[in-house]
Amino acid sequence: MTAVATAPTKADTPPFEPGAPPPATLIQDIWRGIGKENPVLVQFLGMCPTMAVTNILANGFAMGVATTFVLTGSGLFVSLFRKYVAHEVRITSYILIIATFVTLADLLLAASFPDISKALGPFIPLIVANCLLLGRAEAFAAKVGPVRAVADGLGMGLGFTLSLSALASFREILGRGTLLGHPLFGPRFEPWVFLMMPPGGFFTLGVACLVVAFAIEWRKKHAVRRV
Amino acid sequence: MSAPAHVHGGGAAPVPGKMTPAWRLLATLFVAGALSGLLVVAVYRATLPAIQKAAAAKVAGAVREVLKAPASWDTLYLVNDALAAKPPAGTDPGELPKAYVGKDQFGKRIGIAVVGEGPGFQEIMQLMIGFDPATGALIGIKVVDQKETPGLGDKIENDPTFLGQFAARIAPVIGVKDRAGVPPNQVQTITGATISSRAVIKVVNTTVARWQELMRRYDKGETP
Repeated sequence: MTAVATAPTKADTPPFEPGAPPPATLIQDIWRGIGKENPVLVQFLGMCPTMAVTNILANGFAMGVATTFVLTGSGLFVSLFRKYVAHEVRITSYILIIATFVTLADLLLAASFPDISKALGPFIPLIVANCLLLGRAEAFAAKVGPVRAVADGLGMGLGFTLSLSALASFREILGRGTLLGHPLFGPRFEPWVFLMMPPGGFFTLGVACLVVAFAIEWRKKHAVRRV
Repeated sequence: MSAPAHVHGGGAAPVPGKMTPAWRLLATLFVAGALSGLLVVAVYRATLPAIQKAAAAKVAGAVREVLKAPASWDTLYLVNDALAAKPPAGTDPGELPKAYVGKDQFGKRIGIAVVGEGPGFQEIMQLMIGFDPATGALIGIKVVDQKETPGLGDKIENDPTFLGQFAARIAPVIGVKDRAGVPPNQVQTITGATISSRAVIKVVNTTVARWQELMRRYDKGETP
């Protein structure tokens, strides 16, 4: 990582915007969503699609990619128009921008991957209601330049995709004995059907959050001991 | 756009005592709405052919499967409770229920394929059913859409033994438990998926009865 290449430029960080996020490099902006501010496992945003579509890897991954597309696109436009959108109608405008990108994602998915589009059913249109989108628009994209907004959207989207893919892989491998539809075990494997059903989503997410929380605590303790 | 005094910046708090004039709010939303509408319409038009093609391919695959590879087929449209060979002007053919009349290589009718739907265990299920309308003999069925319990009820879609039983059975079909279903009209339900199996049987029976009647009237020359 070279400091020169990633240092925030003047155009990216306006002189004064109340409540603006602290300056950071682009790498930091991207990495934040994957790591310590992971939308699913740390911020607990977007729980509804997380549990609904992580039954098999293809669905979880497609949902992650669609959400990344919407996050990046809406972040860019929210940031580009941030100077022109009046404070009073900002939420309405953000929702409009988000809804536009969700519709585009829905149409593009239906045109290119009809089977996945059908499996995800209403959950793609429901990305509009995912608080991750409005949250990032209001808390980040509306207060920074377009480059940082896109970096943040990309990072949050990648974090979302990785979390969903991990949960979905766990559920598909144990709940079906397959990964991306390919059988992994012999015919004597007894699938853990519970994981395919909605309660399995809660269970998997609970275990994942437990592991992440434990890891965070463990790191904190070690940081103290090292000092 | 306008004087800097009105420019607040998206997330920034408004200056106290200074309201943005209503026309600016309206103009902002109008412009945003118009742009978003344009974008959506453009992408809709660009993706429509691919979406329609995929849907048509799916239907064609199901028709071929349930009629055991017909040489060709004609489409009949259900309008006002009667079948017509051509959709009437002013209707959207995509919205009308359809019967696919399959023919062998000599042009002889071998059966029709129709979509039937009915309540499953928790949601509406859709089946493509191929049968001979003259006798009610089933040719094949395929589950087009179902949301039955994974691992239990969803066996109706991928248990070939269960689905295979329907071929050459005569509707109305009866479901039997704990023993093999025998021709001409018994079908063994799946253990652990009794309700879903019965739902399939019910959809098959009601759909065949309804379309047999429609085809009988169509063959007599009734038109909508």
